[in-house]
Amino acid sequence: MGMATTKSEFHVLAVDDSIIDRKLIERLLKTASYQVTTVDSGSKALEFLGFCEDVESNSNEPSTSPNNQQEVEVNLIITDYCMPEMTGYDLLKKIKESSSFRDIPVVIMSSENVPSRISRCLEEGAEEFFLKPVRLADVNKLKPHMMKTKNRDCQKAEEEVSSNEKIASLEIKSSEQTQAEDGNNNKRKATEAEEELSQDRTRRRYNGLTVI
Amino acid sequence: MLGLQSYRLLAEMNRLLALLFHQGVLDEQFLQLLQLRDESSPNFVSEVVNMYFNESEKLLRSLRALSVDRQHWEYTKVGLHLNQLMGSSSSIGANRIRNVCIAFRAASEQNNRPGCLRALDVLEHEFCYLKNKLHEFFLIEQQRVLAAGIRYPDPMQQHPN
Repeated sequence: MGMATTKSEFHVLAVDDSIIDRKLIERLLKTASYQVTTVDSGSKALEFLGFCEDVESNSNEPSTSPNNQQEVEVNLIITDYCMPEMTGYDLLKKIKESSSFRDIPVVIMSSENVPSRISRCLEEGAEEFFLKPVRLADVNKLKPHMMKTKNRDCQKAEEEVSSNEKIASLEIKSSEQTQAEDGNNNKRKATEAEEELSQDRTRRRYNGLTVI
Repeated sequence: MLGLQSYRLLAEMNRLLALLFHQGVLDEQFLQLLQLRDESSPNFVSEVVNMYFNESEKLLRSLRALSVDRQHWEYTKVGLHLNQLMGSSSSIGANRIRNVCIAFRAASEQNNRPGCLRALDVLEHEFCYLKNKLHEFFLIEQQRVLAAGIRYPDPMQQHPN
């Protein structure tokens, strides 16, 4: 059973210094039918994305696309918060400060329920904050964030085409984009509200035994 | 009569799991792991569990080595090891081990050496117990998988061995 080369495939980059958690998140993401790459640090994540401009070019044809970023399309980054050297928060900041990568949705995971940490990450632009251990239900929430970016990319491509033709239609498209951003802010607030509710939930009590 | 052996083994697995849940040794996260198994990765849980045992053994050895030093209590290192152990225990559903880590960490933060040493003793004991029980669980499962693959054309007939 080979991987289908459908256009709808999403590629998630998972960052965690714990080998066990990496294996777990990989399984969860694969179960949800995403393509997965796992790395064990923030710096490796940036390297994978193609952050380092002076990455070794193995290309035999220097005349073709110099952008390593375009070859590796990442639709979402999910990262642990507590990591040595570069925390998930540091990684989030770096990504949001970069013009090439700031559109990639970022999700933070943490084993500790620290409200100030959660709000700081959401304010910095994280789409979601998952408490560990992460479950399949959490991972199933990721698709809308990835779809949103893909739709926005399509919208941007359309804009470039129309701006070459008419200036007037460009103005209209710009105002549409602002409205979409407001919509995103509302969504983040809704997510924050959801997060507050889900923090209150206690661990589900184990009631019965499911047959394996 | 087909698969009776396999069915019996399944019941044994469930009994063992129920015991471990009842004792609080495992929590629901372990069930979540079991549900993530499928044809493409049938050994997922045993692989993760083995990773966990390997990693935890190293962490426990380091903690034991750190506790031997009577002069100096290395809070930071102890804290780092404990956080790691806590995190991975939580990820596989090793509930009791995680709780002991929490108590250990609190004792360390309060400068309570005897409390730390007690916690370490309990940790080592809990770890041993969990390892034995999960090995038992996977052993029964291996047997069940084998039994499920064997046909019994006549239950009274002896196996040619």
